[in-house]
Amino acid sequence: MRVSALMTDEKPDRGVKLTERQVRARRARSIAIAVALGVLVILFYIVTLVKGPAVLVRPL
Amino acid sequence: MSVTTSHVEPSIAGVGDYIALMKPRVMSLVVFTAFVGLVVAPDRLHPVIGFVALLCIAVGAGAAGALNMWYDADIDGRMARTAARPIPAGRIAPGEALAFGLTLAAFSVVLLGLIVNIAAAALLATTIAFYVIIYTVWLKRRTPQNIVIGGAAGALPPMIGWAAATGGLSLEPVLLFLIIFFWTPPHFWALSLYRADDYARAGVPMLSVVAGPAETRLQIIVYTLILAPLGILPWILGYASSVYGAVAAAAGAAFLLLALRLRGEQRGFAASKQLFAFSILYLFLLFAALLVDHVTPALFGHFGA
Repeated sequence: MRVSALMTDEKPDRGVKLTERQVRARRARSIAIAVALGVLVILFYIVTLVKGPAVLVRPL
Repeated sequence: MSVTTSHVEPSIAGVGDYIALMKPRVMSLVVFTAFVGLVVAPDRLHPVIGFVALLCIAVGAGAAGALNMWYDADIDGRMARTAARPIPAGRIAPGEALAFGLTLAAFSVVLLGLIVNIAAAALLATTIAFYVIIYTVWLKRRTPQNIVIGGAAGALPPMIGWAAATGGLSLEPVLLFLIIFFWTPPHFWALSLYRADDYARAGVPMLSVVAGPAETRLQIIVYTLILAPLGILPWILGYASSVYGAVAAAAGAAFLLLALRLRGEQRGFAASKQLFAFSILYLFLLFAALLVDHVTPALFGHFGA
């Protein structure tokens, strides 16, 4: 009886509830980070093609 | 026994707030002067590598701006000009700005070193460190010479551009450094003349606050008297054409004229505002003339040569 009551009871939500504005801001930031990472991947690819084997040369 | 829990409010910062943190207007001037330094250098970079160099310089400048806003959030909140910035306005937490600035700084310097060269990366790291540590943390709140010495940070980008292309330095990029270095005081002191109340409220010892408007106007004229001939020097030393020389001479004369007009400024700040606006145009004209000087022959060949 006690166990079934516990199982059916809804747990109190203790997590952080984001407002609509916070959700939108987080989504915009996530998209910006994804775009920045995508641009970097493309950039590194092109730089590797441009530099060829010299991409591994690190004169100090 | 009491239990305390720390609660961090979820961020409402948008992408625009992070862009604002990077001071895009300052960044545009940094990128432009660095671009000119890169183009006037004798060695040519592959366009993609040149683009990466400028990207790193732009991101490095943005990092310096973010770290400056992180440290200065308290005084920014007391000045009308800066109160709406993301940290004092409460849209970005100081810790977020610090992490953002440090990440971008490390990223830009390492990338510039790996893809372009170590000399340019070292100069970029010096620029960021100089702006954040020497100017923002040390000088800004302590001495009216803050923007004179701190101006070195803003003057370094053409040298970074030159070093990116050549891997070293010579007299020509040092001249470009000196032009921006001596341009900075009259530029910021013109602004400080009509923002003196703002700076006083924030406790920033700008020259106009500490020594008064009369001394500030005199110092502006003194620095302009150094700047105007310095601007012509690239032509005199044979680094630029007579077209550049004519532009630099005319712009320098106009700069000096506007600086001298400050002496008659009793009420209102029309002359200060005019000088501030013109100072931006002056720097743009000089560097644009240098750019045209070096790009035009490459595009059309040397006629009559």
